[in-house]
Amino acid sequence: MIVNQNTIKDLASKQMRIDGRALTEYRKPILVETNISWTAEGSARVQVGETVVMAGVKLSLEKPYNDTPDEGGIMINAELTPLSSAEYESGPPGIKAIELSRVTDRGIREAKAIDMKKLCVEPGEKAWFVIIDIVTINDAGNLFDVAGLATLAALKSARFPVVDTETGAIDYKKKTDQPLPLTKEPLPVTVYKINGNLVIDPTVEEEQVYEARLTVATDDKGTISAMQKGGTESLSIDEISMMIDLAQEKATFLRGELDKQLQ
Amino acid sequence: MTYSKRLDERKNDELRPMDAKAGVIPNADGSAYFRAGKTTAYVAVYGPRELFPKFKQDPKKGLLRCHYAMMPFSGSGERIRPGTSRRAQEISMVMEQALLPVIDLSEFPNSVVDVFVQLPQTDAGTRCAAISAAAIALADAGIPMKDMISSVAVGQVDGTIVADLSYGEESYPAVVSDIPVAMTHNTKQITLLQMDGEISKEDLVKALDAAKSATEKVYDVQMKALKSKFSVENKK
Repeated sequence: MIVNQNTIKDLASKQMRIDGRALTEYRKPILVETNISWTAEGSARVQVGETVVMAGVKLSLEKPYNDTPDEGGIMINAELTPLSSAEYESGPPGIKAIELSRVTDRGIREAKAIDMKKLCVEPGEKAWFVIIDIVTINDAGNLFDVAGLATLAALKSARFPVVDTETGAIDYKKKTDQPLPLTKEPLPVTVYKINGNLVIDPTVEEEQVYEARLTVATDDKGTISAMQKGGTESLSIDEISMMIDLAQEKATFLRGELDKQLQ
Repeated sequence: MTYSKRLDERKNDELRPMDAKAGVIPNADGSAYFRAGKTTAYVAVYGPRELFPKFKQDPKKGLLRCHYAMMPFSGSGERIRPGTSRRAQEISMVMEQALLPVIDLSEFPNSVVDVFVQLPQTDAGTRCAAISAAAIALADAGIPMKDMISSVAVGQVDGTIVADLSYGEESYPAVVSDIPVAMTHNTKQITLLQMDGEISKEDLVKALDAAKSATEKVYDVQMKALKSKFSVENKK
């Protein structure tokens, strides 16, 4: 796609953008809605500008892995649906969807945001596994941050289903009021470098001209739990340091939006 | 006739609460949201656009392709593995055939109109919700249409003819028939007809007759959605 490549770069060096935002400003509105799917144990729809992503949590009881017999597990899967953009096609997930799901997964997993031991029901025999599916509805840019927000909102809204005490079967139609054992709330923020300037929340057009990007997942204390550098150009340590500062600041902002809207 | 009161206390010809909205996906050429009870469908239409691979192109007219998908967390039981299933492929095919009779793609040779469906939550009647949403989205995309298509299931639960069966009714422990129907608005022609369960021919004809007024109710919701997007008063 031919885009306003040079305009975006020129504007960035003047601290300006095509849509009039400041370089480090998120689009509006930022909307978080939970419990959008009665069939999921937890679910959320998040909108940032025109980007819309849904996330759903399903819980199941499985045999724990051999190396962690007293822990449950998580899995995060992302689908870039052809519904959400003319750029996406039907079929098995491409590298963009794989990267999105793996980066989102690491942000949650490596922060130990879910207490895996508390997911264990019977060591070596039975534990809860948390599967999160991210589905794009409209990709207008910055899927990393929007998917991360949707994932956290869905996890926060999740409630365990009722389990029959005799047969051990899950009744997915009935939920308890017990939430997931969340210990912290990591959120990914992606900082883009466009013409040497740091940019937040890019549109699809802006995503096509960046030199490098860095996704940084941080929890409410600012601890970093996952990072992913992307793009074809290099970053200096100073730049990375500035990007992390910005990511932490913006994660605090997003967390505030999330808390405000989930009350 | 023992099924005298419906499980969710609806009247026999009463549909589940419906909602519809046109133009919900900015990237798409046309789009819609449709809800019937606890079943929700999002549909995006892309096209007419050039069809690849080229050997599939028809130099006389454009092609309509439907792609039906349930989100992995949208089933009432365990997670559904992502990717297409035999069921999804069949529904995609009957969707195409339900919509094609009213769609005129003769002006778009060698092109394709893609209709993508995603369901975040399902109860019953997903193909009907998908078809009703797709018809709104196709109209929203400006695809030439001779008539509107509205879809809803009718059926018989333990001797009683009812409209828009819920999941509880589909699995009611008695003789049940579930008949998803799509109908053209002006000519009352049937473009989708499937059925499972058991029903006599006489009762089937009665049920199909009931589908006329049932699809009419869906039609009203569809047109309201389109009018609220395109009416002059809403354009500022």
